[in-house]
Amino acid sequence: MPISFDPTPNTRIARDYYHRVAVEQMRPLSRRYDDEEHAFPQQWVDWFWREGRKGPEGLEWSGPQDGMIRVCVQAEELCWGDAALYLRMPTPALGGSAVAAAGTQEQKARFLARFGSDGPPVWGAMAITEALAGSDAAAIQTTARLDGDEWVLNGTKIFCTSGESASTHEGGFVVVWATVDKSAGRAGIKSFVVPARTPGMRLLGLENKLGIRASDTATLVFEDCRIPRENLLGSAEVKKRDAKAGGDKGFKGAMATFDASRPIVAAMAVGVGRASLDFVREELAREGVAIRYGAPRHAQGAIERDVLEMEAELQAARLLTWRAASMMSHGRPNNLEASMAKAKAGLVVTRVTQKAVEILGPRAYSQQLLLEKWMRDAKINDIYEGTQQINQLIVARRILDYSSGMLR
Amino acid sequence: MIDFEPSDEQKLVVETVRSFAASEMRPRARESFEARKLPDDAIARAHELGLVASALPEEHGGGGERSAVTAALVIEELAWGDLAIALGILSPALVAYPVCDFGSPEQRRTLLPAFTGDRFVPGSLAVVEPCFRFDAERPQTRARREGSGFSLSGRKCFVPWQSGGGEVLVSATTDDGAALFLVPRTASGLVATPERNMGIGALPTVELALEDVRLPAQARVGKSDGSELAALLVRGRVALAAAAVGVARAAYEVARDYAKERQTFGAPIATRQAIAFKLADMAIEIDGARLLAWEAAWTLDQGADATRAAALAHQQAARVALEVADGAVQVLGGHGYTREYLPEMHLRDARGFASFEAIALV
Repeated sequence: MPISFDPTPNTRIARDYYHRVAVEQMRPLSRRYDDEEHAFPQQWVDWFWREGRKGPEGLEWSGPQDGMIRVCVQAEELCWGDAALYLRMPTPALGGSAVAAAGTQEQKARFLARFGSDGPPVWGAMAITEALAGSDAAAIQTTARLDGDEWVLNGTKIFCTSGESASTHEGGFVVVWATVDKSAGRAGIKSFVVPARTPGMRLLGLENKLGIRASDTATLVFEDCRIPRENLLGSAEVKKRDAKAGGDKGFKGAMATFDASRPIVAAMAVGVGRASLDFVREELAREGVAIRYGAPRHAQGAIERDVLEMEAELQAARLLTWRAASMMSHGRPNNLEASMAKAKAGLVVTRVTQKAVEILGPRAYSQQLLLEKWMRDAKINDIYEGTQQINQLIVARRILDYSSGMLR
Repeated sequence: MIDFEPSDEQKLVVETVRSFAASEMRPRARESFEARKLPDDAIARAHELGLVASALPEEHGGGGERSAVTAALVIEELAWGDLAIALGILSPALVAYPVCDFGSPEQRRTLLPAFTGDRFVPGSLAVVEPCFRFDAERPQTRARREGSGFSLSGRKCFVPWQSGGGEVLVSATTDDGAALFLVPRTASGLVATPERNMGIGALPTVELALEDVRLPAQARVGKSDGSELAALLVRGRVALAAAAVGVARAAYEVARDYAKERQTFGAPIATRQAIAFKLADMAIEIDGARLLAWEAAWTLDQGADATRAAALAHQQAARVALEVADGAVQVLGGHGYTREYLPEMHLRDARGFASFEAIALV
């Protein structure tokens, strides 16, 4: 395919559908679930489970290459609606990505089928971060020990998105990263599927956050938590100190989940940024402030300059995101591009939403409007799924052709 | 379908131009800048690649393959080699493209064949004016009706002025709106004074004074309602965005390679996050600006209004070029400040993108 910026009919259908969802189902609930931080957004969850998960009608099979950009467009629209409610949707989420990436056919059927069936809503989640292991995922302390036909997990996970929903609603699951051999470093780290309500998995608490408050961020404790042997994703084999021969393939495989998820998070960031920018533009238009494209710099007002810069930055972030997504759809390695998109989008959304509050002044600072909420929601995009700095590090290693040992 | 892969044909063009830029332009960049003179032999060889001619209509001897996206790809590569030499190579488009886009059949027949021949014929376009309140869409240069023709008066700057050129295309405001006029270099009342600018040193440019320059009616290219000048400016901004990306990439690559070589405290400075992250940011920003330029070019190729896309791309790429060039000077430290290395030249060139208009076209 030649260079093109023309979305497929399917992508347009998805964009229009999810935009309507955002306007009709999400925006009216935004303020309430920001105020009531740990309340369960019953209405949204029910609607999504009943209607939303079916997706738009009229999509036609247009080949696998169409897929990732459509997912990004969908994420952008829904996060334009409300980023926190997006995260609270009953879906397999990152847990699903891990199962899809590393699971066997049997595992995929066992853990994911539930999300397409009737019955009450279910959630998936991924538990990686620990108190002493964030960006440095290889420092994970949670252990997994094989005991007969069961793995026994011990440790505490923090910052687990949807951890409450996934661990407490029957049918859901949490993918837990744990080490089977601490002496093996990264090579010892494996991922395990822990079904909801498994004895030994306990919800210790929920974070109180700056933003994305409708999304539950859980601390999960695992105390002699026993799961079937066949809940391990990927191979149990630990190849020590043989990185060149692909010894830490399991860890790298797990990290590869991020190549798929980072463009989506970048798209989410762009959605929040666009919410702020759209609002600013509409308000300015009402106030009679026109944005003139291509007017000479000396003739532009300060606000006009700000808005033009916000638009350009946001579009650059969106295009970097779509590029990373497109490469993935084509089956091409996108590790560098995914991190570029995530780094750019995380920073841009932070700046754009902060600038929007500045431009519209006192009303924007007030909680009568959503601009201040979007600014608070935006910041997480520069932190989770790899902080700005981690993504810079990944980009830097790639462009300099340095290993993780050479550039730390 | 949204896609970011150039076609096979475009890849081949990019490869050809990149290798030309690496072997014929980059090694000459510094000496040309210092001498304030274009390498004419390199320009003649570039002409053989047919970069402008291939985009002109077949009926006038061209290749008939006009594509703003392809042009953007080519311009980035050439500007990566050297901005001033790139502008020199591409200057025929400054007359040929507007004549092609807006000219009468007569104008096309008379003027275009010169640009598709064996000999390199430069072009000149006079848009920018040397004043603070310069507004490219509303030139202060005036075109008064004078009998059946026009009389032009005003001042222009940054006008590419390679030797051997015939006509210069000049933007001016008529009673009805802005328009474009073909002015012979030999016209009476036209005075060209060579310029010296901070950057694009190798490209000969002039400040033009027009005093009651009399032109026949058929010197006007297109209409007088300003729409064609506006369209030309959009094409100029896309070209500038692509050129800015090329300059930024050139500066970034010098900095990256230097950082991997230069040792401090026993290790290359690229192994320090302060440097590595700066380079990472440069790479991200360059890619973002490039995609904006591509989008604007693609919008043009669709025949759609590209005003907004071009403005965003131009603004972003101009900022990125300046920041990256400045960052590259910084990474090289004291060496970056010397004229032994290229980044100080990239910094000079990059600052120009805030002031240039239509100094290249797609």
